[in-house]
Amino acid sequence: MVPDILKIEGVTKQFGGFTALNEVSLSIPQGERFGLIGPNGSGKTTLINCVSGALRNEAGRILFDGEDVSRLPAYQRTRRGIARSFQIPRPFASMSVVENLVVPLEYVVHRGSLRGADTRGEALAILRGMGLAAKADTPANQLSQVELRKLELARAMAARPRLLISDEAMAGLAPNEVDEVLAILFDLNRAGITIIMIEHIMHAVMRFSQRMVCLDAGRIICEGAPDAIVANPEVQRAYLGA
Amino acid sequence: MKFWISAAIVLAAAVAAAVTVKNEYFFFAGYTVLVFVTLATAWNILGGYAGYVNFGTPAFFGLGAYTAAVLFKAFAMPLVLQILAAGVMSGLLGLAAGVLTLRLRGIFFAIATIALVVIMETLFINWRFAGGATGLQLLRPPPMPPFESYIKMLFVLAVAIAIVAVAVARWIEQSWIGRGLRAIRDSEEAAECTGVPTLRLKLFACTVSGALMGTAGACMPMYLSFIEPASTFNLNYAIGALASPMIGGTAHYLGPVIGALILSTLQQVVSVTISSEMNVLVVGVLLVFFVVAAPEGVLGLFKKWFRTSSK
Ligand SMILES: Nc1ncnc2c1ncn2[C@@H]1O[C@H](COP(=O)(O)OP(=O)(O)OP(=O)(O)O)[C@@H](O)[C@H]1O
Ligand SMILES: [Mg+2]
Repeated sequence: MVPDILKIEGVTKQFGGFTALNEVSLSIPQGERFGLIGPNGSGKTTLINCVSGALRNEAGRILFDGEDVSRLPAYQRTRRGIARSFQIPRPFASMSVVENLVVPLEYVVHRGSLRGADTRGEALAILRGMGLAAKADTPANQLSQVELRKLELARAMAARPRLLISDEAMAGLAPNEVDEVLAILFDLNRAGITIIMIEHIMHAVMRFSQRMVCLDAGRIICEGAPDAIVANPEVQRAYLGA
Repeated sequence: MKFWISAAIVLAAAVAAAVTVKNEYFFFAGYTVLVFVTLATAWNILGGYAGYVNFGTPAFFGLGAYTAAVLFKAFAMPLVLQILAAGVMSGLLGLAAGVLTLRLRGIFFAIATIALVVIMETLFINWRFAGGATGLQLLRPPPMPPFESYIKMLFVLAVAIAIVAVAVARWIEQSWIGRGLRAIRDSEEAAECTGVPTLRLKLFACTVSGALMGTAGACMPMYLSFIEPASTFNLNYAIGALASPMIGGTAHYLGPVIGALILSTLQQVVSVTISSEMNVLVVGVLLVFFVVAAPEGVLGLFKKWFRTSSK
């Protein structure tokens, strides 16, 4: 049995009187490619916010590598190995593209041993992999929407995570670019990184995932292999609207 | 290296001027300009780099001034120790205020810092030993050689303090700490998620910024031979500290220096030639101009000119 890298136990999140997540439980074994789908507003991003620490869940526990991280600030979760991209890109707009990646390299990877570390070189290598090398010294606020999405993923990768959460990193990308990003994520996964993919591009997430979960109105309505998920009547109802 | 050579030249020039130039007024006016250079540089560490707008400058400046005055009255403590103590006290105030307010974002933080000024002023108005509302007269000791006048000595000290402040700001700006602060300004959420301990960094910036503001205030009682709450906790310090980086540019450590030199020199000139009420108008006009026409300040304008002329 492969141990679980992430275990979500009965997580509930409320905004005022509105329940965005209702006792969500999930286990993700180390090294898995995991797909998270659900209609707009079903709570996918909220779940990711709770896992990454951007939001605190009111009830339930989040175990990363067996440790309860649900009370840790976000930066400590990142240092333990959880990295994420933002659905609405949040670049460091006053910095160049390469400097955006230097932040996690300085604060996570080479923390406490910066002397002699070639953070720029490492950042450039990641950018090359993402096809962003030509933009390395461009100010991040001059990037196109598509480039911003790539930067989101590149910056998350720069933290050298063990669990990478991609929140709709492929929205707006051209088909060949979707294939490129998929190839990069497959490579990362082969290197041992567990990946959670949130995606509305159905063929991409189905091709990528070994296992999927569908959220609807803050609840998990279905869990299983990609084919089984799409065939599931509840999933179809959630997506098409009953 | 170039920085330290320039700093040494500036300091040497200040000493040379203090020893050779006879006219005291130049040093009297120059001192005020230097205080604003330090205040603006200190303000920029939290306000410019991290984007947390602080209206509380007078609280830190004033606590530094009162720390020095009280230590002088109680123990006749030497000036250099007064300055250090002022830095420590205002640094602690920065830390304490940070713990209480830095969880607040944007406008709420700014409002809390205004409250801080009111609290500090009230505190000192009610402290008898420190002179209460009427203030405290202080008798200057004789100046240290080679200075033959106290004001000239204070001028050189103010240059040294400003250099220290700029050096600290420069070090922060060019290190990983500065990058973390910029990340906070750009997106606090993304900063956290890339491993930046945002609260700790903000506390650090607030502490350092407060400490430097305290040292800027430390010599004020000796400069005036007097201290009283209303002028010490004056909002003009808040405005000058905030306006100078806006005018000079917040992205580079020289921005606040240039802004303060322009703004306070102009203010000194205006208050001598026209009236001291016109001061406020000068700040207003300059601020409006820069916020509207050159949001990246003088340094930003230079960069733009340089780029277009090199094409
Ligand atoms: N900070 C917030 N305050 C109040 N309500 C929120 C907040 N964040 C999310 N919500 C609400 O919680 C619900 C779930 O939102 P969430 O962003 O998690 O959905 P999602 O599944 O990511 O949707 P999408 O596919 O559109 O990205 C929505 O109804 C949303 O309006
Ligand atoms: Mg979402």
